[in-house]
Amino acid sequence: MIHTLSLSDARDGLNSKDFSSVDLAKACFEQIKSHDDKLNAILTLSEKEALHQAEEADKRIANGEESPLLGIPIALKDLFLTKGIRTTAGSNVLENYIAQYDGTAVQRLKEAGAVILGKTNLDAWAHGSSGENSDFGPTKNPYNLEHIPGGSSSGSSVSVTTDMAFAASGTDTGGSIRLPASFCNVVGLKPTYGRVSRYGVIAMSSSLDSIGHFTKTVRDNAMYLQVTAGRDPKDSTTPNKDVPDYQKKLGKGVKGLKIGVPKEYFIEGLDPNIRIQIEDALKFYEKQGAEIIDVSLPHTEYAIEVYYIVQTAEVSSNLARYDGIRYGYERSHFGDEAKRRIMLGTYVLSAGYYDAYYKKAMKVRTLLIKDFQEVFKTIDVLITPASPSMPWKLGERTDDPLKMYLSDIFTVHANLVGVPGLSVPAGFKGGLPIGMQILGPHFSEDLLYQVAQAYEMEHPWWKKKPDLGNST
Amino acid sequence: MNKYTPVIGLEVHVELKTASKMFCGCSANYFGKKPNAHTCPVCLGLPGALPVANKQAINWCIMIALALNCEINTFSKFDRKNYFYPDLPKGYQISQYDLPFGHDGWIDLSKPVILASDKGARPESKKDPGQARMAKKRIRIRRVHMEEDTGKLTHMSHPELVSGSSSNEMLNQVQHDNKKKVSLIDYNRSGVPLVEIVTEPDFDSATDVVEYLQKLRQIVRYLGVSNADMEKGDMRLEPNISLSKMSLRGDEVDETISQERSPRFARDDNNLPNYKVEVKNINSFRFVEKAINFELKRQEKLLDDGKTPPQETRGWNEKKQETVSQRIKEEANDYRYFPEPDLPPITHTNEQISTLSSAMPELPDKIFSRFLRKFSLNEYDVEILTRDQEAAEYFEQAVKLGEDKNISPKQIANHIINKKPDLSATSPSDVISQIAKASQTEDISEDELTQIITKVLKENEKAVQDYKNGKETVIMFLVGQVMRQIGKKIDAQKVRSLIITNIK
Repeated sequence: MIHTLSLSDARDGLNSKDFSSVDLAKACFEQIKSHDDKLNAILTLSEKEALHQAEEADKRIANGEESPLLGIPIALKDLFLTKGIRTTAGSNVLENYIAQYDGTAVQRLKEAGAVILGKTNLDAWAHGSSGENSDFGPTKNPYNLEHIPGGSSSGSSVSVTTDMAFAASGTDTGGSIRLPASFCNVVGLKPTYGRVSRYGVIAMSSSLDSIGHFTKTVRDNAMYLQVTAGRDPKDSTTPNKDVPDYQKKLGKGVKGLKIGVPKEYFIEGLDPNIRIQIEDALKFYEKQGAEIIDVSLPHTEYAIEVYYIVQTAEVSSNLARYDGIRYGYERSHFGDEAKRRIMLGTYVLSAGYYDAYYKKAMKVRTLLIKDFQEVFKTIDVLITPASPSMPWKLGERTDDPLKMYLSDIFTVHANLVGVPGLSVPAGFKGGLPIGMQILGPHFSEDLLYQVAQAYEMEHPWWKKKPDLGNST
Repeated sequence: MNKYTPVIGLEVHVELKTASKMFCGCSANYFGKKPNAHTCPVCLGLPGALPVANKQAINWCIMIALALNCEINTFSKFDRKNYFYPDLPKGYQISQYDLPFGHDGWIDLSKPVILASDKGARPESKKDPGQARMAKKRIRIRRVHMEEDTGKLTHMSHPELVSGSSSNEMLNQVQHDNKKKVSLIDYNRSGVPLVEIVTEPDFDSATDVVEYLQKLRQIVRYLGVSNADMEKGDMRLEPNISLSKMSLRGDEVDETISQERSPRFARDDNNLPNYKVEVKNINSFRFVEKAINFELKRQEKLLDDGKTPPQETRGWNEKKQETVSQRIKEEANDYRYFPEPDLPPITHTNEQISTLSSAMPELPDKIFSRFLRKFSLNEYDVEILTRDQEAAEYFEQAVKLGEDKNISPKQIANHIINKKPDLSATSPSDVISQIAKASQTEDISEDELTQIITKVLKENEKAVQDYKNGKETVIMFLVGQVMRQIGKKIDAQKVRSLIITNIK
C-alpha cells in the first residue's frame, strides 16, 4: 500500500530506507495495470526507463542525497515532450510522434531524481474542460465512472487521486489544472505566468499557458514547485525572480490575513452544494482569525469572452506548425474541437475583424488586470469556487460547445491576468468532489500554500479515496 | 515627352552576419553547409520550442536604422506573420508589424533633383537643413524592421537525383520510388536574422534604384553587420513598379487612389497609381535594373491599350529576359499579424540608443564630404576611395605617412586609383615609398631645361599650333619629347608647366 502515501510521506520513507524508489515505482505500475483499463488515464508507460531512473535515485539516496522529488514516481500530461518517448498531445496528428528533446520542466524533474512513469491522457491539444476531447478516448472520474474527471489535464488528475502516481504535471491555460483537481479531490496549482518554463511543453495559447501540477496534499504541491519553478534562458517569459522556499509559510495559519470574496463568483448559476461548501470554508477561516471581506472584480463577466478570443487566436497560430511535413500526420487528422478553435482564431485575427475582436479583447484584458491590482491593494488572497457545477456526466455537454466553454468561467480569469491559482479539495456532494480556488497576487504561491494548508489540516478530504473496486 | 512617370518603391532584405541565428543558438553561417546540419527544435519548429531574441541582431538592426536617418521606436515588439509555406517551419514568421525598430528615414542620392519628377521626395528636411543646398534626390525610408529567414526549398527531378553525389539515405529512398519530382527542404537558413528595409515609392528610374542599392550595400558593409554578398543571397531585392499618368502641368491625373497599398497603415500619398506590380526575390543589381525597365515598357504598352495592369507578383526570368507572373494579388494572403506572445516587448532607453549610435563607424556619406573638404580631392577620386571602408582607412593612413615625405593626398589618391596596388598585400608605408621613388627627380638647371624646351618646341611646330588651337592633350606629347632629350628622370609636372609658359 506504499503507493497510497502522500509524496512527503513517501520521501520520509525513502530517507529512512523503509522502501526503495524501485519499490514505489513498482507499486505505482501495479496500480496502473490494475485499474487504468476502466479509467483510461495513461496513454504511454515508460516502465523500462522509469525503473532505471528509480535505480539511479536509490543510489543517490544511498549516498545521502536529499531533494524534494528524489525517487518519487510521477506522471506527465502528454503535452510535455519527453526525449525518446511518444508525445501525442492527445491527438491523432501526433499519434506516433517520438519527442526529440526533453522540455525544461521535464529536465528539472529528471535532474531532481523524479521517476517518470509515463504520459497521461488529455483533451487533444489541451482543448477541453472534461477530458472527452481526447482522440484516445475519455478518461473517467474514479469517484463515479459515469462522470467526467474534468480537463484538459484529465489523466494527470486521475492518476494522482487513484495513487497511480504521487504527483503529476499538467498545464493550465484556462482552468485545465484547477478544474480537474476540483473534480478529482486533489490539489492542483496553476502557478504565476512565467514561474515555470514553458519550453518543451506543446503550446496551446502562449500568453495564457501555465505549467503546473497535481498532488495529494498542499505540502506535496510546494515540494514539486520547488523543483520546477525558476528562470529559464530558453523561455523569454520567465522572469529572473528568486524562487522562495515554498514550504516556509506552511503551518503559519491565517490569523490576520485578509481574504477577499468576489461577489461576481457567487452568481445565480453556481451549484448550491458548491456554494455551501465554500461558505463553510470561509466560516472556518474566519474562526481561525482571518478577516473575510466582500470585494468586487467588476469586469469579471467579460473574462470568458476575452479568453475565447485571445486563446483561439493563439491556438490558430500555434497549431500551424503541425503540417505533416517534418513530423506527425497532416491536418485532416485534427479533431472537431481543434478545427473549431483554428477557425475561430483565424477569424478574430483576420483583416477587418482584428480591431473588433483581438484588439478589443486585449484592451479588456488590461481592465481585468487592473481589477486584480486594485483588489490586491486591500486583501491578501481571494477565495472562490473552482467550478460553477459538479462533475457532469460523460456526454452531457459534448453537443454544446458553448456550454462546455462556460465550465471555465471561474478559472480563465487567473490566466488572463497571470496570477497564481490553487484548487484544494473542499468536500463532497453525492460522492463527487468539490474544489475551492485560492487566488493571490503574482508570485504569491507560498501564500496560497499557507492559506490552503490551514484548511487542509482540519479538512483532510484528500484521504477520502475513490473506491476502485476489484482490479481488472 | 513621356506620357507616364514611373512610380517605384523597393523592399530589401539584408541578411546579418551574426554568429548565431535570430531566435536560437544555431550557427547562422549556412552557406555551403551540409543540409539541416545547423538546426535545433527552435528553427525546425518542433513542438514546444520557444524563441529567444538575439540581442546582437537587434542592435545591428537599430544601427542600420540609425545609419538610414530613421527615428527609433524605443518601445518595440515582435509580431507573428501567419502564412503557410513548406520552408516556414512554424507556420508563421516572427517579424515586426506596427512597431518596427526604425521608421521614417532617408538616403540621399547624388544625382540632382529633376523637379518635374519629384514626387514628395523633398530635398530639404527639418532634420537636416544643411543638405538642402546640395539639391540631391532623397529616397524616403518607410521602415526598417527585424525578422527571420525561412528554410530553402530545392526542387529536383529524378535524373538530377541519380547524378547527385549524395550518399544521403533519404535521397536514395526517393530514387527507389522515383519517376516523380521531389522537393527537399534545408532548414540551415531557417531563423537567420534578416533586416527588411522598405522605401516610399520615391524612385522614378531603374538607375536611381541601382544607385540607392549601391549606397545601401556600402552602408551595411561599413557598419560591418552584413557581408551583403549578392551571390550568397545576403541581399534580396523586391521592387514594386507602376506607372502614373501625367497631365500637362506635370501633375498626376489618376483619380483612383490606392486602397491596398498598405493596409492598416494610413498614408498620405493619395495620388499613387491604382495598381502595383511587385517583382520578387531578385539577387542582383543588374537584374533589378533589367526587371524594372522591362516592367516599365510592359506596363506602358498595357496603359496605351487602355488597360490597367493587374495587381500582381512577378518574377525575373534571366533566361527569357522578362518578368513572369507568379501570383495575382486578389489571392493575396491575409497575414493575421498579432503580437508574438513568446517574446516580451523590447524597450530601449534613449541612452542605449545613443550608445549604439556612438559605437557606429563613420559612414560613407560623412567620410565622402570629409575627404572632399580635408584633402581637396575631386568627387570622382573620393567616390572611388570611399567605396569600401578598408580603402578609405588605408588612404587616410597613407596620407598621414605621406605628410613627412611631402607627398600630397592627391598624389596618393592618384597612385591608388591609377596603379591599383593590392591593398591587402601592400602596406600604406609601402605605397608611400613607391610614390616617393616614382617621383624622385634628378636635378637639372632651369636654364638647361628651358634650352631643351625651346628646341623641342621649334622641332614640333605643328603640335604647338594644335595646342594653341585648343587641343590640350598634345602637351603630354611635348613633355615626352623633352624628357627623352634630357634622358634623365625629372619632375614631369615641372616640365609641363614650363612648356606651357614657353608656348605663351
